[in-house]
Amino acid sequence: MANMSYIDAITLAMQEEMRRDPRVFLLGEDVGVRGGVFRASNGLIDEFGEERVIDTPLAESAIVGVAIGAAAVGMRPIAEIQFADFILPAVNQIVSEAAKLRYRSNNDWNCPLTIRAPFGGGVHGALYHSQSVEAMFTNVPGLKVVAPSTPYDAKGLLKAAIRDEDPVLFFEHKRCYRLIKGEVPEEDYTVPIGKADVKREGTDITVISYGMTLHFALQAAEKLAEEGISAHVLDLRTLYPLDKEGIIEAASKTGKVLIIHEDNKEGGVGGEVAAIIAEHCLFELDAPIKRLCGPDVPAMPYSPPMEKFFMLNPEKVLEAMRELAHF
Amino acid sequence: MTKTRHQSVGLTDDQVLEMYRYMLLARKVDERMWLLNRAGKIPFVISCQGQEAAQVGAALAFDKTKDYLCPYYRDFGAVMVFGQTAQDTLLSAFAKAEDPNSGGRQMPGHFGGKKYRIMSGSSPVTTQVPHAVGIALAGKMTGENQVVFTSFGEGSSNQGDFHEGANFAGVHKLPVIFFCENNKYAISVPLKKQLACKSVADRAIGYGFPGVSVDGNDPIEVYRVTKEAVDRARAGEGPTLIEAVTYRLVPHSSDDDDRVYRNRDEVDEAKKQDPLVIFATYLKEVGLLTDKAIDQLNREVQVIVDEATEYAEKAPYPAPESTMTHVYGS
Repeated sequence: MANMSYIDAITLAMQEEMRRDPRVFLLGEDVGVRGGVFRASNGLIDEFGEERVIDTPLAESAIVGVAIGAAAVGMRPIAEIQFADFILPAVNQIVSEAAKLRYRSNNDWNCPLTIRAPFGGGVHGALYHSQSVEAMFTNVPGLKVVAPSTPYDAKGLLKAAIRDEDPVLFFEHKRCYRLIKGEVPEEDYTVPIGKADVKREGTDITVISYGMTLHFALQAAEKLAEEGISAHVLDLRTLYPLDKEGIIEAASKTGKVLIIHEDNKEGGVGGEVAAIIAEHCLFELDAPIKRLCGPDVPAMPYSPPMEKFFMLNPEKVLEAMRELAHF
Repeated sequence: MTKTRHQSVGLTDDQVLEMYRYMLLARKVDERMWLLNRAGKIPFVISCQGQEAAQVGAALAFDKTKDYLCPYYRDFGAVMVFGQTAQDTLLSAFAKAEDPNSGGRQMPGHFGGKKYRIMSGSSPVTTQVPHAVGIALAGKMTGENQVVFTSFGEGSSNQGDFHEGANFAGVHKLPVIFFCENNKYAISVPLKKQLACKSVADRAIGYGFPGVSVDGNDPIEVYRVTKEAVDRARAGEGPTLIEAVTYRLVPHSSDDDDRVYRNRDEVDEAKKQDPLVIFATYLKEVGLLTDKAIDQLNREVQVIVDEATEYAEKAPYPAPESTMTHVYGS
């Protein structure tokens, strides 16, 4: 068992999969010689060469579209989008092509493609290097959307994504990259896509989250324990298709649910989670389902006080959790 | 003995007759679909009429046991060369379960079929171009080195996916043939409102590979330039952009009325250059066909189309509940 950062777990997952399977390759902007602008592919070009770690032209639709073509004929591409904010030129390829290839061909073709994209803010990235764009992709059947929050899950889910027979959109919270460290086993393992994970057992309130805000919830839960409030924390891990059973079980456990994400509230993943709970857990609930999310403004401003205002943090989360506990 | 024009480009007598037969089959299947649509039996038709020479001439330059096709929605001639049958096309037109493109899920003209080495396509135009580049990239990695044939209209040559795909292929010198069927209209919008350059082929210079413009009504000439491009690609010399200048003889689709945007004189003039007519004339001139033989061939093709229609009309629809299948593999 090694203790490593979230980003090192990502790099290791890619390295191990590329060693295991010659069909796996990485393509994207600056992923080769530079090792990625976040250094997620650091050293991979030295081991696997420029044929398998491809510095592409600066054109996102081609990065995904070319990867789809290669995946269709049996390769296992990992396409890196440098920032999730820049995925929009590739949306047609992701939604019209990758997600629909199996369905539209009546199972004749499929698309074993992983698209990695760093998302989230709090890094002085302003409007276009901070966004959480996952909700745009979480009503696209045919696509799987994953957002791990720990190094263990990042490695296991990335390996599962690469081995998956269908396209997986893999969101990496960029503040988790170097801030979050954790134990990662030496041996080969995968984490199943489509399964949420209880990150903390509790009895008074249930918090459901993913990405960086999951860690805020865990930190807040520690403090609340000192006040005698026991929080149950569920990490969604997969945002589409959602783990309905896991959500229902976690919500039913305490009857008080707070859903937290950095993405803005209206139309966010939390709305769907709340709908699942409303449909299935009405008689288990002891309080209205609460959501704590980013504000409904276009994106995160650059100026530090504005960024701070936009971002959730352990204090804001703690406050919301305490309030729900006292309902 | 002097060589005929087709022999001088390496085509045998049998090959040009095969060429004509594919063109005729594509035309007759297309005409049948319009008939079925106007009779209320199929909801939609998208046509290849006027573009058969370009499609068949180009497709015959590929090795269909090895190469891949990423076609666009008019490519009935090309997919037939790659192995699709009249029955396949009609099964798709009737949206029946056996449709090899999609099991009846997609509209006609949305081709596909792994067994034919035809990549599945969609309706947003030009998305197939980067796919073709990716298939070629995969071939380079695995050492299979297949050449990939992707086609699109001149309207599509404005799309980002054309430019992004062509640029990627140029940088990596990939064996892709970018085949533009310039039929002069993007639905209603004429060429002069689509492109400021003289020819679609001019666009290749920006990507560092050759661009060639060819008379798309002449299947021998289309074959010649495509074969040269395929040979270069197979030899590792990279992609080529080919513009086949054609004309769409019918409306964009069964839901279009082209009288609104082009006059009948223009269409009548284009019909004089109908590739089926001029190629038949050539084949008669070189002594490979007679009027009698053409009649005979027409009758044979008609039987194939009739049988395909009957089969497809009687074939079962997909089960309604199968709507829920094949979202994911597992």
